[in-house]
Amino acid sequence: MKSIAELEAIRQRTLDQVNLRREHEGTRIVVGMATCGIAAGARPVLLAFMDEISKRKLLDVTVAQTGCIGMCRLEPIVEITCPGKEKVTYVHVKPEMVARIVSEHVVNGNPVEEYTIGHAAE
Amino acid sequence: MNELSLHILDLVQNAISAGASHIIILVEQQPEQDLLIIEIRDDGCGMSEELLQRVVSPFATTRTTRKVGLGIPMFKQCAEQCEGKFSLASRPNEGTVIRAEFRRSHVDLPPMGDLAGTMCSLLIASPEKPEFTLEYVFGKERFVFDTAEIRNALGGLPLNLPEVIEWVKGYLQEGMRQAESPEADSQQNL
Repeated sequence: MKSIAELEAIRQRTLDQVNLRREHEGTRIVVGMATCGIAAGARPVLLAFMDEISKRKLLDVTVAQTGCIGMCRLEPIVEITCPGKEKVTYVHVKPEMVARIVSEHVVNGNPVEEYTIGHAAE
Repeated sequence: MNELSLHILDLVQNAISAGASHIIILVEQQPEQDLLIIEIRDDGCGMSEELLQRVVSPFATTRTTRKVGLGIPMFKQCAEQCEGKFSLASRPNEGTVIRAEFRRSHVDLPPMGDLAGTMCSLLIASPEKPEFTLEYVFGKERFVFDTAEIRNALGGLPLNLPEVIEWVKGYLQEGMRQAESPEADSQQNL
């Protein structure tokens, strides 16, 4: 049985991490979560990113959401900005693609070209 | 939208955009009355009478990137095709209540889907404000999840920490499962 009391243990365990997160300007992963994004499957994608970050214990990565950016037919759309680099936009993202994006792009700095909007437009 | 929990995620986003500080999500299942109720209540900026009339049409949106808004119309359609009722009430500066009742056994009723995932997505998306309350009622059982309580227990830590999200997911799944079959834990039969 899970209880609220467990949060105290999580608090103590993660306090240092939180300070680390605050000091770093890290990578931002932004998922489109308007009606179009949600209907196209953005929720499992958002949760998959969170899961992958948790598994890999990546401390300087934040996951956030945005509204509709006007390209509904390309949803789910995910924008990733690594510090000092240009934003990369992924389109038609599925949960199965998330592990590869995190490992190649977020961790190793090489965007997965074939999932990006530039590739989709060609 | 092929899950009711996706409608909830979408409609709560409206409440967040309305600047709500507290959003109460009610999901109530009454198997004996063949009834399922979904209600989202917020204390955001509300809507004028004129906008209220317009939002049930697909051609109303506050968005600037496109001209259609489908969230509310799709929810309304979903309720009506399940022999249900839809209502929307709002007052400027007081808030909005959106509510739908469904016939629980209706063949066109989408599954609830991943309601815990919807709540986690909301916390990831809006970790600082507003506060969310989820009231999950099944028959006579009631499970309540309240972010103010979680925030308090975390003593100022953000709600979108991966470890916290994982805990919330488990806590919700367990709480809702227990509300659905309160004896299951002792009898080990479900």
